[in-house]
Amino acid sequence: MFDAEDLYIFPVDVWIQKGVEWLALNLRPIFLAIKWPVETLLSFNDYVLHQIPFPVFVLLIALLAYRLASRGIALFSAVSLIAIAFMGVWSEAMTTLSLITTAILICTIIGVPIGILCARSDSVWNIVRPVLDVMQTTPTFVYLVPVVMLFGVGTVPGEVAVVTAAAPPLIRFTNIGIRMVEKEMVEAGLAFGANNRQLLWEIQLPLAIPTILGGLNQTVLTAMVMSVVVAMIGAEGLGLVVLQGLGRLDVGRAAVGGIAIVLLAMMLDRITQKMAQPKDVKAKSWFRSLLALLQIGRVQQLPLPTGRRTV
Amino acid sequence: MQMLAAGSNKDDVLAKTGAVVGLNNVTLSVPAGAIYMIMGLSGSGKSTLARCINRLNEPSSGKILLDGEDLVPLDEERLREIRRTRISMVFQHFALLPNKRVIENTEFGLKLRGVPLQERRRRAEEVLSVVGLARWAYHFPHELSGGMRQRVGLARALATDADVLIMDEAFSALDPLIRTEMQDELLRLQRTFKKTILFITHDFQEALKLGTRIAIMSEGELVREGTPQQIVLEPGSDYVAAFTREIDRSRLFDARSIMTAAQGISQTATGSVTTKFAATGEPVFIVDADNRILGALSATDQRRVNGGTSPGPLLSGEYVTVPANAKLVDVARVYRSGQPMAVIDESGKLIGTLAAEQILSRIAATSHPQPSSPGDQNV
Repeated sequence: MFDAEDLYIFPVDVWIQKGVEWLALNLRPIFLAIKWPVETLLSFNDYVLHQIPFPVFVLLIALLAYRLASRGIALFSAVSLIAIAFMGVWSEAMTTLSLITTAILICTIIGVPIGILCARSDSVWNIVRPVLDVMQTTPTFVYLVPVVMLFGVGTVPGEVAVVTAAAPPLIRFTNIGIRMVEKEMVEAGLAFGANNRQLLWEIQLPLAIPTILGGLNQTVLTAMVMSVVVAMIGAEGLGLVVLQGLGRLDVGRAAVGGIAIVLLAMMLDRITQKMAQPKDVKAKSWFRSLLALLQIGRVQQLPLPTGRRTV
Repeated sequence: MQMLAAGSNKDDVLAKTGAVVGLNNVTLSVPAGAIYMIMGLSGSGKSTLARCINRLNEPSSGKILLDGEDLVPLDEERLREIRRTRISMVFQHFALLPNKRVIENTEFGLKLRGVPLQERRRRAEEVLSVVGLARWAYHFPHELSGGMRQRVGLARALATDADVLIMDEAFSALDPLIRTEMQDELLRLQRTFKKTILFITHDFQEALKLGTRIAIMSEGELVREGTPQQIVLEPGSDYVAAFTREIDRSRLFDARSIMTAAQGISQTATGSVTTKFAATGEPVFIVDADNRILGALSATDQRRVNGGTSPGPLLSGEYVTVPANAKLVDVARVYRSGQPMAVIDESGKLIGTLAAEQILSRIAATSHPQPSSPGDQNV
């Protein structure tokens, strides 16, 4: 009598099915409106990444890694990219990278302002926080359900899922970063007559940057994970390589996809992690970076300009 | 508020309403151009009081008058205006922006006010050289020592040309030696800038050294207000007396504050004196028509002059003069046993005499009634 199987009273699955059908039918313009900018940005990024010649791209990433992080990470990035090309999944890797870079862009555009709003108003934060909690405890896999129903299948709906999954850490860290700015700093701003806008741009945001970059690192990693998972709803990229490999019991192909994913993930993690670490402010110009990178065998740093600089 | 007006104390209000009484009925008036010290231990409400002045803390009632304008009812716009142009602030932990260079920190207030880049750079460079940091303008705050950072904090406050400066425990986070250096620096700057400075401190020595006037706070209430000398001489309560016990009086009081006011005996142009000396046994100073000292006349010689001798040849050069504003520690240094001490003003005129016991009794913690008799001898 008390067997759990007999207690099926609420047909929640039916309700949700009906509800989503209603949403998909009646709110279609809204979802199209959401889909359009994502699609545009994604196809642009995808196009650009596929057009850049391989050696140029490797050099660019190495330079970027050197400038943002360190020489070691630059070297690691270059070797990883070359390895990915050697394994024959360069194009797929670029598709995955375009999913990630687009997600980072959209997350920053949406996430940072929401984070700022949350930091400035407790009532906004009280509404947003439970939403973030739910979003971050939901397994990435489960995101696919509403996305498929509302946006369909393919790479663009996949990107929507990536953005949805990756935005919460950035919102959270932006909020925390601004709230953690020392009280005395904020008071200094107020005491010298800063208005709300000046307080934000002159004091709160600059001082919150390291924390926000920490959030960005989390966002990048979540986007990386999600960009693989969305292969299940038909998104292209390295995830699809793994999925197809598994489907055909082609272990070798699946492993190649996996290795490429790990290399890409480590590269992105190292670069963004170093960005978030407070480092002594020194001018590393692009030109100097290039010079230093070309003399990769030399260990010592180039002398940095000291003293008065023109302003 | 009603409870306070009805005579409840801080603890009652806390128990009944959960509200902490920060400040209760404190009225101060700060003279322009003074360094006004607000002194108290932690939790005494001194910072709360100072922060009410520029409304970093919102007072729940009362008035803050700046040149007759009440700051409490001001709207955001006007308040910002006041904060940008009239009142600036120096913070305990400097509150410099780590991502901005020294010069950018210095010009911060001007930037908020919308002063064009070139103009505010020029002004910032000017102020930085006043505090001796011109060389460091293009460095970052983390490259500077604590004392230098607070100089930047001071420069930032001076750059806006505000006439009121709130210094909230500005030197408390500094090492003792650097603190002394900064105090001297502040006194030096104050001679040129003549700001009205509200200086919050928990250090009574600092209050005595810097203060034109001192307000002592305890439990959100004002317990004593006055000049440093007044407070040390008449603490008024055991609470204040506890602070005054350990201090170095010899550096606080000057010769003028303890001297016996005295005029010398004028010598006429013909070299005679017209007065008969009373037999006090004390030496007397003979002065010319401008009240400048010609010499001292010992008790024995006074009797001879009374007997008709001309004082001229009897005058002795064995006396010590001290300026009226000399601190007692310096007075004690020039003291010679057996020689009378004369106190002179800036123009060299005799205005009083000093005896060793006067110095000693003031330096010792006992408070003697101030000798207030006018000159013993009159012309």
